[in-house]
Amino acid sequence: MAELTYRDAVAAGIAQEMARDENVVFLGEDVAAAGGVFKATVGLLEKFGPKRVRDCPISEQAILGAAMGAAMTGLKPIAEIMFSDFLAVCWDIVANEIAKSRYMTNGQISLPLVIRTANGAGSRFGAQHSQAVENWAMAIPGIKVVAPAFPADVKGLLAAAVRDPDPVLFFEQKSLYSMKGEVPDGEYVDELGKAKVIRRGKDVTIVALASMVHKSFDAANILEREYGISCTVVDVRSLVPLDTQTILSEVVKTGRLVTVEENPRLCGWGAEIASIVADECFWSLDGPIHRITTPHIPLPSADHLEDATIPSVERIVREIKDKID
Amino acid sequence: MATSTLKQPAKSSSPADDIGPDTRLDLYRLQMEIRYCEKRAYDLFLQNLIKGTSHLSLGQEAIAAAFGVAMKPTDWTFCTYRGHAHTLARGASMTGVLGELMGRECGLLGGKGGSMHLTDVSKGAMGSYAIIGAHLPVAAGAAWSAQYRGTDQVAVCFFGDGTTNIGAFHEALNMAAVWKLPVVYVCENNLYMEYTPIDQVTAVKHPAADRASAYGLERIIVDGNDADATYRVAMTALDKARAGGGPSLIEAMTYRHSGHSRADPGKYRPAGELEKWLERDPIKMYRERLLGLGFNEATVKDIEDTAMAQVNEATEAAKVSPPPSLDMIDKDVWADGGTAWRN
Repeated sequence: MAELTYRDAVAAGIAQEMARDENVVFLGEDVAAAGGVFKATVGLLEKFGPKRVRDCPISEQAILGAAMGAAMTGLKPIAEIMFSDFLAVCWDIVANEIAKSRYMTNGQISLPLVIRTANGAGSRFGAQHSQAVENWAMAIPGIKVVAPAFPADVKGLLAAAVRDPDPVLFFEQKSLYSMKGEVPDGEYVDELGKAKVIRRGKDVTIVALASMVHKSFDAANILEREYGISCTVVDVRSLVPLDTQTILSEVVKTGRLVTVEENPRLCGWGAEIASIVADECFWSLDGPIHRITTPHIPLPSADHLEDATIPSVERIVREIKDKID
Repeated sequence: MATSTLKQPAKSSSPADDIGPDTRLDLYRLQMEIRYCEKRAYDLFLQNLIKGTSHLSLGQEAIAAAFGVAMKPTDWTFCTYRGHAHTLARGASMTGVLGELMGRECGLLGGKGGSMHLTDVSKGAMGSYAIIGAHLPVAAGAAWSAQYRGTDQVAVCFFGDGTTNIGAFHEALNMAAVWKLPVVYVCENNLYMEYTPIDQVTAVKHPAADRASAYGLERIIVDGNDADATYRVAMTALDKARAGGGPSLIEAMTYRHSGHSRADPGKYRPAGELEKWLERDPIKMYRERLLGLGFNEATVKDIEDTAMAQVNEATEAAKVSPPPSLDMIDKDVWADGGTAWRN
């Protein structure tokens, strides 16, 4: 085990896969010579050369279109969209082309590709560089959706995404890039579609994703220590495929579900999980399902406004305590 | 079909003729197959055997045929929702095409794609894309893959004049030029973007060619109703791409005989315009050329009859093909063949 930052785990995951398979190529804006605007891809150009690590023009449709065309003809591209907000300018390629091609062509076209993107708030970048848009992706049939919370998962799930025969949208939480954590040495590959229980309790099951996992974990410790409320925390890790079995079994054990989401309120992924839980283990519930989300607003920029908007440890503690009391 | 029985020397072809009799007959055969198949698609609509919409290439056959003959089997085609012609030109099964339009099990896509998404990967027909502009970067990506792997494959991407005004056109042309990709972009300028004359909504007279210089590319305009001229341009562009010379942007001037889609009778066209272009019908002109070059009437007629017989056979085969089985709905979202999004 080595201690790596979340951003170094990105480069480690890409490097591992590029070294393993020469059909893996990497493209994006400022990803090669500059090593990425978040410095998550430093060293890849030096290691693999400009033929495999390519700087692109500011052309998100061309980047993802090129990744798609390359994937359908034998390569395994990893494409970076610098900020997940920019997915909006190439959403046609994601939602209409990449996601639908296998189905529409009766299985003729395979698209083994990964789209990496920096997602979410915490950097005071304002409403066009800070959104959490994983719920956009979850709504599209044909795209797998992954969002790691820990450096080890970044490496392992990124490797799994590259090896997956289907297109994967890989959301990296930009506020976590500097976070450190233990990452297995050597070749490390995780499995898509498996949630992880990172803390066990008996009163409430908190289901969270990406940075909300850490806030939920901290909140759970406070709830236990100060209020005697014991929480399980489930890190969803993958929205598609969704590990409903882990979520359902953990909810049944505690009898309560709270989802903690960074995305705006309407149609957030927690709503889908709430619906599944209500449908499939309603009689195991001891109280209403509760969703903690960002309000249904574009994200404000100033420190104290952004902090007040995104679910905080304090808010998670307060809302869970209020629900239990 | 057995073209060998049709071959004969072109008696009056000039010594400078670079195309040759076999290629000429192939060009005529493909144009006829596309023409009859498109006409049949129209008739099947009127009989309500084809639902949805359909965008025919009647009048534009020479471009698809020219590239179909010029391309190698390992090359790739990317086309738009007006893509029946280009898919047929790669040798896709006519029964598969008509069956797909009719929503039958025998369709190229098993009935899951429809008219606007014809694809036959086994023939290098890498898809018909129904969102304007989307396939230009996808073709660039395929070309990148050929370049990366060091094959001699070329991606050929067909689109209409209207596509030149969407952002993806610019993004793809720029990237293809910067990366010197083996891709040939073919703008079929049929003078109308859907219902609107292209010159009313475009800043330059030639929507593709006049923009070529913006990507450091040559300005190429060809008579898209002349299969020979288009074939020559196609060969030059394909050779250039194979030799590592990078992309080409070709504007092929043409005209569609029918409206934009099934719903469009094309009434916005000024009186006499269609008639003028019917005089320049690519198939009429090519037939005259073949006869002028010394091919005899029987040879030409045989190609036409064979094409018609093929369309008739494909129509009957598609008609008796059953509708797709309902279990197709839950297949092929994912590579494992299924649609599961949860455990």
